[in-house]
Amino acid sequence: MTHSDQISDSDQMPRSAWLCEYLARLEDEQVMAQHGDARILAPAHRLELDPEGWATAAKVAAAMGLRHAGLWADCLDDSALAAEDRAIRMQACLEHAGDYLVLETQVPMLRPVLASQASIYPGVDRLERHAHDLTGLELTSQPDGRRWTRHQAWPEDRFPLRGDFPLAGEPVGRAPADADYPFGRVQGTGVYEIPVGPVHAGIIEPGHFRFHAMGEDVLQLEERLGYVHKGIEKLAVGRDPAGLARLAGRVSGDSTVAHAWAACQAMERATDCIVPARAQALRGLMAERERVANHLGDIGAVCNDVGFAFAHLQCGRLRERWQRRSQALFGHRLMMDAVIPGGVAVDLCDKVVEELREDHAQLKSEIVPIFDVVADHPSLDDRLMTTGVLSEADARQLGCTGYVGKASGLAFDVRRDSPYAPYDGLAMDGAILAEGDVAARVRVRMAEIGNALRWMDRLLKSLPDGPICAQLPEAEAGAMGLGIIEGWRGEILSFIRFGPDGRIARYFPRDPSWFTWPALERLIHGNIVPDFPVCNKSVNGSYSGQDL
Amino acid sequence: MFRILKKSFQTGVVTETPPDVADAEFERIGIELRRRIDVRFSRSLAIRQVDAGSCNACELEIQALNNAYHDVARFGVHFVASPRHADALLVTGPVSRHMEAALRRTWRATPSPKFVIAAGDCACTGGEFGASYASCGAVEKVIPVDAKIPGCPPSPLELLQGLLHVLRG
Ligand code: SF4
Repeated sequence: MTHSDQISDSDQMPRSAWLCEYLARLEDEQVMAQHGDARILAPAHRLELDPEGWATAAKVAAAMGLRHAGLWADCLDDSALAAEDRAIRMQACLEHAGDYLVLETQVPMLRPVLASQASIYPGVDRLERHAHDLTGLELTSQPDGRRWTRHQAWPEDRFPLRGDFPLAGEPVGRAPADADYPFGRVQGTGVYEIPVGPVHAGIIEPGHFRFHAMGEDVLQLEERLGYVHKGIEKLAVGRDPAGLARLAGRVSGDSTVAHAWAACQAMERATDCIVPARAQALRGLMAERERVANHLGDIGAVCNDVGFAFAHLQCGRLRERWQRRSQALFGHRLMMDAVIPGGVAVDLCDKVVEELREDHAQLKSEIVPIFDVVADHPSLDDRLMTTGVLSEADARQLGCTGYVGKASGLAFDVRRDSPYAPYDGLAMDGAILAEGDVAARVRVRMAEIGNALRWMDRLLKSLPDGPICAQLPEAEAGAMGLGIIEGWRGEILSFIRFGPDGRIARYFPRDPSWFTWPALERLIHGNIVPDFPVCNKSVNGSYSGQDL
Repeated sequence: MFRILKKSFQTGVVTETPPDVADAEFERIGIELRRRIDVRFSRSLAIRQVDAGSCNACELEIQALNNAYHDVARFGVHFVASPRHADALLVTGPVSRHMEAALRRTWRATPSPKFVIAAGDCACTGGEFGASYASCGAVEKVIPVDAKIPGCPPSPLELLQGLLHVLRG
């Protein structure tokens, strides 16, 4: 079905005004663009570019204020292809006013070289380095150029996502620690370094932080992640849809519903599967339950990091009760494996719906006095306000979404700006603040809990009847889909390409943490070292979701 | 201040009022655990948790051991910040190759006698991720393991049962 029309015939496509403008500007810059099969990644519009225009396309996008939502590389190197036909395909997703555009280009595997977009969009720096480490795509003028996801588990000139790289890897013996990673340096009288991690002091995920400090002030923080790289993208290759959904549910366990949903949505879009209305509603219910649970836990944990145990204990108690209910309703305390391709695995009976409404009412009445204290308590205000400020400009430049973006003045929310079922029929209220500090991130999350509870009540009032799962049609080889879900951390993208026999050929989940981790490096500037834990917790990036 | 006191009094103590069966069971296991910890570890079992590659859901459930419902500290179990203070390592995740060296070093830094408990399917067998170019698989492939607590993730009750099992062994 690949018919290529030139950029100027804007036939069948209903396009938003900015897309027309963008296309016109590309033409001015003489970037060759073809629409090919423009709807294959719907709702995103797909645009094929010549590799020469890759950086210019980013420049034009940045000039128009589009948000970069991430990029990924895909090795098209099936062993049946002749060496000169093998290629690496790069895709980049942009968003503006809730409309998505996917730029795509291809470079030959024999000479996989492409210009970097990271000097224009610094938020995608690590995504590019990740793409290089896993596929061998060389990015010219990449502002950083150091390895990112690769430590010492495989050699520099081998690339795990290539077809000739075995899943089991190649014998390299014990993987040594990545001791000679070239960290940035700050020098001067009185400047000292604090290395932290990878094993951290709490019950949390591993990663390395390198602080440069003077006195108590942080001069620079550099993150080194990749410690929990488990090869998720490679493991996905050859899985069937059900197996992929299980894997997606473990990309970041705290977002198991959202990631499984994004992956299923991508597969359903790739196969034109119609998901029953009841299943969509139940997915929405589970995603909001996941949001409430995580926000509750984190609000408490932020307070705990500044020694305010009351909120920690209260929120922990409410979260536990909430998780027990999830266990009773969906058979799992975190609702793992409840979202499956075509629908959901568990149904709710009418009696339970009533109980859930009572649950919500109870939680609502319980959080009022607790949040009242959190929002207005001198010792908390003192520690959380003006701490860890992320400016709106930084949040925008890095592409932050979710509560990190919302607390810094960026209202974007997929549920509201590019609504998918069930949010298309039932709108979710937004939350936005401008201060950008830890207190603002906490407040946005308190508001989101309230919004989610009200929304779930409305959803339960008109829960559609009918089946909870549809059969996922077998995918054609080459079918692609893009899932876009608002997880509790923000926008999750999930790209899927099918290979032969309805098996997965490429899966790339882009967790919002890719953009909030670099935001942490910026917002910690000028804060004191002892405030790092609370700043970190207020952002709470996922290590696993980023390391893959 | 009054708001805090009011809420605290209204909430009361959730820990000692088992609202369902799971809690009664939790209590029973906890008390047995306490007895064994009293005998073998002079009343306190210090655990260092190490995420060696988990998806982070195992961590959520281990954290839940400390919430007001479970409050494992009352049974003598507590989590410490350094392996040098630990009697036991509680390891989650398949061991990613990038964490292999760090896990070995943590194990070496833990004074003997020490226990290693693998928590979660990934830590027990490799789980959903198995062994690959990026993952060593089960924890026992990297350091000696004394006990395994399966589950994906194991619930707080299962974690407590697992701990008890170690102390019985
Ligand atoms: S056992 Fe399950 S919950 Fe634990 S790390 Fe593995 S996949 Fe995650």
